[in-house]
Amino acid sequence: MAEVTFLEALRQGLWEEMERDERVFILGEDVGLYGGAFKVTEGFTKRFGESRVIDTPISEAAIVGAAAGAAHMGLRPVAEMQFIDFISCAYDMLTNYVATARYRAGLSTPMVVRGPCGGYVRGGPFHSQNPEAAFLHTPGLKIVYPATARDAKGLIKASIRDEDPVLYLEHKWLYRRIKEQLPEGEVLTPIGEARLAREGKNLSIISYGATVWKSLEAADRLAQEDGLSVEVVDLRTLLPMDDAAIVATVKKTNKVLIVHEDTRTGGIAGEIAARINEQAFEWLDGPIMRVTAHDVPLPYAPTLEDFVLPQTDDIVKAARWLAAY
Amino acid sequence: MALPTSRPTAAIPTGTGAALSSDQLLEIYYYLRLTRTLEERLVALYRQSKVIGGLFRSLGQEGESVATAYALERGRNKDILSPLIRNLGALLVMGAQPLEILRQYMAKAESPTHGRELNVHFNDLEKGYLGQISHLGDMIPVMAGIALTFKLRRESRVGLVYIGDGGTSTGTFHEGLNFAAVQRLPLVVIGEYNHWAYSTPPEKQFAVKDLAEKSPGYGIPAVTVDGNDVFAVYEATRFAADRARRGKGVQFIEVKTYRRKGHAEHDDQHYVPEGELDKWASENDPVDRYVQRLLSADLVDESDLKDIDDRVRDEVDQATDACVDEPLPDAESALPGVFVDPPVADKLWFKAL
Repeated sequence: MAEVTFLEALRQGLWEEMERDERVFILGEDVGLYGGAFKVTEGFTKRFGESRVIDTPISEAAIVGAAAGAAHMGLRPVAEMQFIDFISCAYDMLTNYVATARYRAGLSTPMVVRGPCGGYVRGGPFHSQNPEAAFLHTPGLKIVYPATARDAKGLIKASIRDEDPVLYLEHKWLYRRIKEQLPEGEVLTPIGEARLAREGKNLSIISYGATVWKSLEAADRLAQEDGLSVEVVDLRTLLPMDDAAIVATVKKTNKVLIVHEDTRTGGIAGEIAARINEQAFEWLDGPIMRVTAHDVPLPYAPTLEDFVLPQTDDIVKAARWLAAY
Repeated sequence: MALPTSRPTAAIPTGTGAALSSDQLLEIYYYLRLTRTLEERLVALYRQSKVIGGLFRSLGQEGESVATAYALERGRNKDILSPLIRNLGALLVMGAQPLEILRQYMAKAESPTHGRELNVHFNDLEKGYLGQISHLGDMIPVMAGIALTFKLRRESRVGLVYIGDGGTSTGTFHEGLNFAAVQRLPLVVIGEYNHWAYSTPPEKQFAVKDLAEKSPGYGIPAVTVDGNDVFAVYEATRFAADRARRGKGVQFIEVKTYRRKGHAEHDDQHYVPEGELDKWASENDPVDRYVQRLLSADLVDESDLKDIDDRVRDEVDQATDACVDEPLPDAESALPGVFVDPPVADKLWFKAL
């Protein structure tokens, strides 16, 4: 079977769900004839028609709100944010309306909001963001963040089939960089289950998104240069968080480094650390440490962006320090 | 093939430019030429991978960008405008330097934002420009706030803000417009009908024919002008700015124009109907039309225009030579400036290992 990119895998997942279920439709800016800013939906209009691939005005709040209304009525909308940075324009809709709908009003809102996130691409402060922490603090939204092509496909399909609203974050640095062979037949990744990306025994790295790959690269180097056996856990779903997988890796290696691309303060690493503290404190042989972005808006110049965002070198050094603790 | 239904029409009489001196007419030409030449240089630098991120062109929209800004009062602490990505011409008129634009695109340490922000996203409030962020519409309420300050301080100053046809679909556009109207602020809003929001045509963006139909709902008078007629745009803006200065409130000016390049340089414009780009380029180029007007009315000498072309080329050459090999910012210069206090963000622990 041919290798497919992360982007192609995501595309396949969307395509297959639209073939499988006529309730599924896409709405977003330039998603139709143009095929989306990154070409995720290229060719969809031709196959599914303009009524199922809707080009919208530049109106993120309306996109998300209309998706919610359609979801209440039994459709399965997939709303695209052209860049996830623009989800801030729909923050009110998502957090106040969509996330609370089931709890406060018994309303079913099965919808997906997806879009390209993340840095390492010289996109500057408004085309590089990682907004997951803002939504993690909102009960009622599930958040998935695949790192592999397989999970890009498996999680978009699972998100579309989920009965609740799902925020699906896709890292643009992975779109064409990651290539994998996908298994034959249905590819579904259950929401809420982490993945053991690499087995190890000396130390665990817990990560998600693009930094999973940087963590794996660091693990390779630590094995070669230091003889360290590093385990890498790819969370895949941020909410609901897979506590069992987190606790299991802590119990196995007793040392944890949490790596994410988002900024440090208020980032998801803090939540993971708190859960470890509550559930596996006595298994720790060292402090839980974080490698994250610095607490600044993401700058444009390569020298600045490279400094602000966590790099493989940073992970290697941090892991060495922790291993020696 | 037919041009889009919204082919430029002038809703106000287009003047002869008699109110402008020949020096002013030549100055306007200088800014038109500078905008175009500078962008052509940026294309060359983009192809050499010297431009770090995307490159955004204003080809075909230079006329309205330059003419709107030129109608303002310029100089230290006079009027203030907020340019969008296709208003390089407005930025230059307000006093931004080609060297600054080149440094911004190449993310140089000496750029106005020291490598933090992209392209035309930078400010000089004294010269009179406030850079946009990528979230469209946000600058409408912000410029309303600037105009509010003019009003509260009883200053005879005016704010001007641009919004694209696509940008008028955002919530902030509508909230900002309404706020400005209620407060009767000295604000001029330029609605740029350039036919494309990335790949989205107007009929998928709004259900009215003209952008000018939007603002009356907020009590804001609107006018539609031929955006590729420099004189018409200048006169309409001058009128609106004078009106705002006299305390008469917000005015909306729709400029009908055409975006002849893609959303950014990577965009191949396959969604544009065949022949449309050529048609606008050959029949309705704002710089060509301006030159024809100047020459046919005998307002300037052709040799003056040629001299300006040469001067612009020299200036762009010199600016390029001055910065193309400059360094990028030092990595750790990423940390200062999030707050006044603390002045520097924490350098994270692993950087010290």
